[in-house]
Amino acid sequence: MIYREAGQFKTSYATDQMMFPILQDRIFMILVIAVAYLIPLIANEYWLQAVLIPFLILSLAAIGLNLLTGYAGQLSLGTGGFMAVGGYMTYKITTAFPDLNVLIAVLLAGLLAALVGLVFGIPSLRIKGFYLAVATLAAQFFILWLFNKVGWFVNYSPSGTITAPPRTLLGIMVTGPEATAPVRYLVVLTFLAFFALAAKNLVRGRIGRSWMAIRDMDIAAEIIGIRPFQTKLLAFAISSFYCGVAGGLYVFFYLGSAETEAFDIALSFSVLFMIIIGGLGSILGSILGAAFITMVPIFLTNAPPLIGLSMPIDLQKHIEVMLFGSLIVFFLIVEPRGLARLWQIAKEKFRLWPFPH
Amino acid sequence: MTQRARQIGDALLKVEGVHLSFGGVKALSDVSFEIREHEILAIIGPNGAGKSSMLNVINGFYHPQEGTITYKGETRKRMKPHAAAKTGIARTFQNIALFRGMSTLDNIMTGRLLKMRRNFLWQALYWGPAKNEEMAHRASVERIIDFLEIQSIRRTPVGRLPYGLQKRVELGRALAAEPDLLLLDEPMAGMNVEEKEDMCRFVLDVNDEFGTTIALIEHDMSVVMDISDRVVVLDYGRKIADGTPDQVRADRVVIDAYLGVSHDQSETAEQA
Ligand SMILES: Nc1ncnc2c1ncn2[C@@H]1O[C@H](COP(=O)(O)OP(=O)(O)OP(=O)(O)O)[C@@H](O)[C@H]1O
Ligand SMILES: [Mg+2]
Repeated sequence: MIYREAGQFKTSYATDQMMFPILQDRIFMILVIAVAYLIPLIANEYWLQAVLIPFLILSLAAIGLNLLTGYAGQLSLGTGGFMAVGGYMTYKITTAFPDLNVLIAVLLAGLLAALVGLVFGIPSLRIKGFYLAVATLAAQFFILWLFNKVGWFVNYSPSGTITAPPRTLLGIMVTGPEATAPVRYLVVLTFLAFFALAAKNLVRGRIGRSWMAIRDMDIAAEIIGIRPFQTKLLAFAISSFYCGVAGGLYVFFYLGSAETEAFDIALSFSVLFMIIIGGLGSILGSILGAAFITMVPIFLTNAPPLIGLSMPIDLQKHIEVMLFGSLIVFFLIVEPRGLARLWQIAKEKFRLWPFPH
Repeated sequence: MTQRARQIGDALLKVEGVHLSFGGVKALSDVSFEIREHEILAIIGPNGAGKSSMLNVINGFYHPQEGTITYKGETRKRMKPHAAAKTGIARTFQNIALFRGMSTLDNIMTGRLLKMRRNFLWQALYWGPAKNEEMAHRASVERIIDFLEIQSIRRTPVGRLPYGLQKRVELGRALAAEPDLLLLDEPMAGMNVEEKEDMCRFVLDVNDEFGTTIALIEHDMSVVMDISDRVVVLDYGRKIADGTPDQVRADRVVIDAYLGVSHDQSETAEQA
């Protein structure tokens, strides 16, 4: 009875169109964000570095892919490639212009990734579904091949590795070996909070509706005046921007240094699994899915010793693969809208509580 | 036939000498007719006569091999559907073409996409002009929702709605674009009598209140005789008659080709 909309009358379309029309939801969201910002006070280095930072960055990439695949209906396996563009371009920009704020470098790299995404989105004019996925797979392999092959991208470093140089923000070290985990966590969290909000705004307005229209029925979308090609290209560009920014953060605020292997096809699949498990066509789902996929391995490492079991590392890996595999099959068949939908159902149940109907 | 307030004007759209074939199948042969401003024109004919193909030609979905379409004084040979939408042509489909994953409200909101201007940067911020724009369009969509009496299904994903309501939502989406020419492909197919009456009322009201020109395809003769100002009859891709409902009903060729097969229906129409 605590969570409900009773007595909260919607007096204008503005309140009805709000992101969280129910007061309790708004309070909950503010609490979540507040707690997220306070976490560095209690979490240790291991949790921040090994769990939370990659979780936040991959959430951003998952939102990006969800815009393209979940909302606009264009399947992509090139996420790793677009993230690599972000990572490598942040490196190029920040080494070429050492005085430039590193956050701006990340955003500029995101724009370059958007441009690359746009180019690889062109085949979507003619091909759909599986064949488009193959075309994006080509993007994935081509981009990594290019970064491996052309020394310019790594400033001719003989090892082929890019390393985040030390940079400061407001006098605080944010990248490089001396940047502490709490600082990097806060930067990454701010990026995610801002861009998750922006994505939510996009999908509830005109652009989100035209993406979903193309996804649900492209023929009908065209007769109401949507230009399919432009709409898909915009989805590719914005999605790749998100992935590019995530890639920049991945190298500069998480890994510290990287080679192309960090962005290989496994990463593309892993982000795809996040949105399938979290929920296609849901921003919240992208974050839930990212949480799930990053947390499960940690859980499998830490839980068995707690109850006195010891699990060999390869068995743990196998369980992980089996678990993800069966969950993906489950969600694809039973609940394509993923964890986000389960969360929604739980909320609806709670709203009616204690009455069953 | 009911008496209506709107004065019927000159031709809004002219179809001249249209030929359309798919491989060996001739869907339309040398079809010419006009749709006049503010009128309700019914296109009738037996199954496979080429009625849907005709609407598809008008809104740029099919490209005829020969012939021209003159709309608002401009003659065009080839046009993309989204360009047709821009010039004020909206339509519904024979097999409902709604966005199944979206709610009723969102589906109808898509009808107003062309009228929304703010770019994605404004939209990402959802602030100022973008928000005001959204609110203004929401208000006009709500008027359509009230008009079609579908308030209670506002938030329901359309995939879960019964057939009759889906047809209504699809009409709502077309109306949201505030079209000058509305093409309805069998808007009453598969409906019960009550739903048909509602739909007839909506069609007449739209025509009356907004002066929207309407071309509709319908199989139910009593409906056709009741609501249309003029009737075009197609048979095997050819136009065999064109005139007021009374003229068409009295036409020998039409009776032989079409009404003859469903005599009981034309009798009910006479009694109505
Ligand atoms: N896209 C297409 N490809 C091939 N043939 C088509 C296509 N569209 C229509 N046809 C053919 O054109 C002819 C006319 O079809 P159309 O759908 O226009 O008929 P209709 O009058 O709307 O019939 P109904 O009353 O059954 O809806 C049919 O023979 C049909 O098979
Ligand atoms: Mg038809």
